[in-house]
Amino acid sequence: MSNGLALALALVVLALALGVAAARPRYLPVLAVVGGGLLVAVGAVGLSRAGDALRGLAPTVGFLAALLLIAEGCRREGLFEALGAVMARGSRGSPQRLLALVFMVAVGVTALLGLDANILLLTPIVFATATRIRTSSKPHVYACAHLANSASLLLPVSNLTNLLAFHASGLSFARFGALMVLPTIGVVAVEWVVLRRFFATDLRRPRKRAVEPARPTIPRFALAVLALTLAGFALSSLLGIAPVWVAAAGAVVITVPALRPRTTSALALARAVEPGFLLFVLGLGVIVAAASDNGLASAVRAVLPTGASLPDLLAVAALSALLANLVNNVPATLLLIPVAVASGPGAVLAMLIGVNVGPNLTYVGSLATLLWRRVLRAEDTDIELGEFVRLGLLTVPASLVTATVLLWLSLQVI
Amino acid sequence: MRALVWIIEDTWQATVAQAAVYLPADAEVTLLHVADTEAEAVARAARHGLLGRHVPAHTQEDQLRVISEQAAEELLSDAQRTLGRPARCEARRGRVEREVVAATEGMDILILARDGDRAHLGPRSIGPAARFVIDHAPCRVLLIWTDPAPSLTTIPPPPGQPPPPARQPH
Repeated sequence: MSNGLALALALVVLALALGVAAARPRYLPVLAVVGGGLLVAVGAVGLSRAGDALRGLAPTVGFLAALLLIAEGCRREGLFEALGAVMARGSRGSPQRLLALVFMVAVGVTALLGLDANILLLTPIVFATATRIRTSSKPHVYACAHLANSASLLLPVSNLTNLLAFHASGLSFARFGALMVLPTIGVVAVEWVVLRRFFATDLRRPRKRAVEPARPTIPRFALAVLALTLAGFALSSLLGIAPVWVAAAGAVVITVPALRPRTTSALALARAVEPGFLLFVLGLGVIVAAASDNGLASAVRAVLPTGASLPDLLAVAALSALLANLVNNVPATLLLIPVAVASGPGAVLAMLIGVNVGPNLTYVGSLATLLWRRVLRAEDTDIELGEFVRLGLLTVPASLVTATVLLWLSLQVI
Repeated sequence: MRALVWIIEDTWQATVAQAAVYLPADAEVTLLHVADTEAEAVARAARHGLLGRHVPAHTQEDQLRVISEQAAEELLSDAQRTLGRPARCEARRGRVEREVVAATEGMDILILARDGDRAHLGPRSIGPAARFVIDHAPCRVLLIWTDPAPSLTTIPPPPGQPPPPARQPH
């Protein structure tokens, strides 16, 4: 099969995968297996190359499964309800104080438990908290949605994109985190300044305090497991243990007690691990490998700067943000990793700044998702979130520049 | 007289109190609350950005709607109690400004509160939603300050004149 034909086929399969993900996610695993299998069968990607791609992704997929179990354990232990109660009490009825608390909690949850935990488990709690203390939920929900992306820079576990790149980058967990501290602070500061101004009307309203919110029950066990897991991550390279085993240990510790008194079923746990999505990531790896090998990688190599100077890093971040907005950040990361890794850790982290912060421009993560949802008439396409796009235009370029400059500074020092 | 009282979370008490004062005893009062669905849409859109991770069960999709409807119901019943006379309660969902204007159909008067900066006199004391409603309502409008109105000194001086001297405390 010629390279051009193979590339075209791989791109069609990739586009279909994005469409299925956007509108019919139930069929994702089927598509990934069929699509990946088809590309191997027609020779668009060699069997051994596909095997390499799968072997390369396997630890990351295992890592992700462990993190999903930890997040599910935290939910079971009532961590998110407790955070809701803490925010409601701490706000003392003031929308501004609530926003400050939402920022702290959203950054913490995103960094430690990942962006999925923020969107799926924290955002509904924040919505309920704002609604119950009788203030507009809009600034607070927007803060969660934005920070899910922009605060996911900090640790390898904060975003699937980070996990994918972390494995290939050769950075230790501690060094990754140390280099990303300043960029994360910078991005969160940009979000804080812009959101405070953007929602000034909603936040300024003076108000009488409503009912006294209930006192939170602190989920000590979940917090202890989280603290120990984080300590384990930080010390992993000193102890010579791969961080994936630390995550696995955390997942086991938080899950086993729940199994004994039958508070949760094996089925619920299996569902929490998202086997269908894990399979899709593996399939996506093969599909992207086929596209890369047949010309896309050399195209990326031709465009992406390879140096470690500030202008180079800025260009990498900007191009990565652009690609993430076109095709969602997971395939974008898979596509960019091989090229970025060859240029060193600075390029990898700049690439992550782009693919993580960039999606705040399009409210469903990418133009491909948006188009597919329009084409397939998935529900609620009539909603025009012009405000989301305007807010993205205000924060994303400023965040990309701030974070990349701070990354460059960190690279000079650390 | 058919009167519509539009209440929002932050200022409902003052709005209802003033409606009780200014509306005649025989007015047919409707209390209106509109839940903004944009926050729910943002939360839903964020899920779609997860590239098919975590296919949501339908119960989860409706979770936010249930919270929002329950809160609106509680707010309206608190408002009715504060008003202290019979009133119809209407809960709507959607684009706030459009829903309020739609609800004014057949009404003789709409009562609403300023929803912007209430520390200064001027156009910024009215937010975008109330601005749209005032501009488009097909009936009389009673626009209230929920706190004592700011002093006249909060108006900037006309162009080319020095600012007025700061008022001395007595």
